[in-house]
Amino acid sequence: MRTLLALGCGLLFGAGLAVSDMINPARVLGFLDVGGGAWDPTLAFVMAGALVPMAVAWRLARAPRRPSHAEAFPAPANRVLDRRLAIGAAVFGLGWGLIGLCPGPALAGLAVGGPSVWIFVAAMVAGFAAAGFIAKVKS
Amino acid sequence: MNFDPTDAMMGLAGGLLIGLAAAGFLLMLGRIAGISGIAAGLLRGPVDDTYRQNLAFVAGLVLAPVVYGILAGYPEITVTDDVVLLIAGGLLVGTGTRIGGGCTSGHGVCGLSRVSPRSIVATLIFMVVAAFVASVVGPMLTGSAP
Repeated sequence: MRTLLALGCGLLFGAGLAVSDMINPARVLGFLDVGGGAWDPTLAFVMAGALVPMAVAWRLARAPRRPSHAEAFPAPANRVLDRRLAIGAAVFGLGWGLIGLCPGPALAGLAVGGPSVWIFVAAMVAGFAAAGFIAKVKS
Repeated sequence: MNFDPTDAMMGLAGGLLIGLAAAGFLLMLGRIAGISGIAAGLLRGPVDDTYRQNLAFVAGLVLAPVVYGILAGYPEITVTDDVVLLIAGGLLVGTGTRIGGGCTSGHGVCGLSRVSPRSIVATLIFMVVAAFVASVVGPMLTGSAP
């Protein structure tokens, strides 16, 4: 049952990326390219639309309530700001701004986006593994 | 600026679907819908309940645009075909999201809505860096400066 629910969430998430056209990197770059003269504000509307249900969900996700199909809600957010966070976010921003793909739209584009998306996702997965390896060596 | 009311409405509608998906993931399964974390989780074993959820979520994410395409026409995906850029971009996105602990969904959608200080800082950093790269560096690399 939990697996089916996760599948449903993934389908809905992917549908949202398709409906909003955030699956298209050109559209995302149109938002990020603030100096190009043809700035495309769509991503801001997508973010606004996504934040509303999630803000409500976080209000509901408080003890003593429990998730309908799990034991507990996630632990309170870690509040420590460290160098890892800043470096990681900056490195991610470099790649995102270069291609216009972040992990969600990259995966959503696997079946419909062609070889460029496959290459990007293969490199992204290698990046996941590399980050895991770096973390292991450091600890 | 290139403002199109239809695009804005579709953006808002698509955003709502994304937010509902993340809200459902939290309220039903008690989990944060951060795509980089979910996808990277597939590289680690064991194949337990969480692993199956991750796999199912990614499967849904990949399948949804196909279903959407059959019903409403396939989305146009315009992306560079420069292999070196694609590999560099993919590596940066993969390592960066894991080191920083999240991407546009985890820090952006799920973290901002929770008013998490880490997510607010992360989102500001990756937005500013990505905007700089897309506005200044990208056009130089591809020679398509406006």
